[in-house]
Amino acid sequence: MSEQRILNPPAEALPGLPVDEGEPAFFEPWQAKAFALTVSLNEAGFFAWSEWTEAFAAVLAATDAPMAEARTAAYAEAYYRSWLDALEQLIGRHKVADAAELNFIAQTWKRAAEATRHGTPIRYEAGLP
Amino acid sequence: MSHDHDHDHGSGSHLDDMTARVMALEKVLTEKGLIDPDALDAIIDTYETRVGPRNGARVVARAWTDPAFAEWLARDGAAAIGSMGYTGRQGEHLHAVFNTEEVHNLVVCTLCSCYPWSVLGLPPVWYKSHAYRARAVSDPRGVLAEFGLHLPAGTSLRVWDSNSEMRYLVVPRRPEGTEGWDMEALAPLVTRNSMIGTELALAPTAQKASQP
Repeated sequence: MSEQRILNPPAEALPGLPVDEGEPAFFEPWQAKAFALTVSLNEAGFFAWSEWTEAFAAVLAATDAPMAEARTAAYAEAYYRSWLDALEQLIGRHKVADAAELNFIAQTWKRAAEATRHGTPIRYEAGLP
Repeated sequence: MSHDHDHDHGSGSHLDDMTARVMALEKVLTEKGLIDPDALDAIIDTYETRVGPRNGARVVARAWTDPAFAEWLARDGAAAIGSMGYTGRQGEHLHAVFNTEEVHNLVVCTLCSCYPWSVLGLPPVWYKSHAYRARAVSDPRGVLAEFGLHLPAGTSLRVWDSNSEMRYLVVPRRPEGTEGWDMEALAPLVTRNSMIGTELALAPTAQKASQP
């Protein structure tokens, strides 16, 4: 291997690496939705896939830490959290919505859920302050 | 939130932060007409259930049994794979790299998690891990050893770094003892990991042993 490619390898092994083929693609529904939103925006021509991977790689590079356990729901959570961070940044960069706006809507959804009886559809308006 | 017992949430439900953030994005993007919310479930379904390593296994098994197809696959992976109905959605090029006695190929994406979705589905968690992304390049033999794969000293190792434009599919070597097998019989020997390069294709005996 060429020496300039050495990327500060973590000392620990990759625990439990031999992998089952039945591992889920997503561990939580929000991860699947974040993924689908990104694919959907790309297919609609909102951004090129290269623009997406560039944004995502930048977030990963800034937040990445070697994790002791590579094959867990916790790792998937950290990965898709970075994915969502990158997606929100791109949405902001394209002037669709900024962080404050997105946060307001997210908090409204949370209040709406708290105010909605279990089993009935959550209405966004129910969470407006 | 009070530090009393948390039993007084009424009958409402609690949304976790990540779910709420995704719902916020979906709402904004839908209102601005940038996405069709009804299309999201179809995308999820595609990648959860319909696109997966079985696609890649069929490509490999066909290359093992059809020399003209193998030649086409080596020359123009995207076209050959596309002819079987597996086309990438991100406009990426797909390049097939063939294992031989002399060369073993291993695929990684050092920057994020670029992966040949159309033939392998979504990547496993370990493929996306920092440890794999770093060490597949700096210590590929060590990584392979953790998968139980010990290459002969005479076999050289090539590591392919995927990116948004170029994705790689490893065509593992056809296992011995499969002479005369057709594509349908061969495809189950082709594991996902063998097409990333962290394993070899299954030996026929291993395959038989795993059958009920």
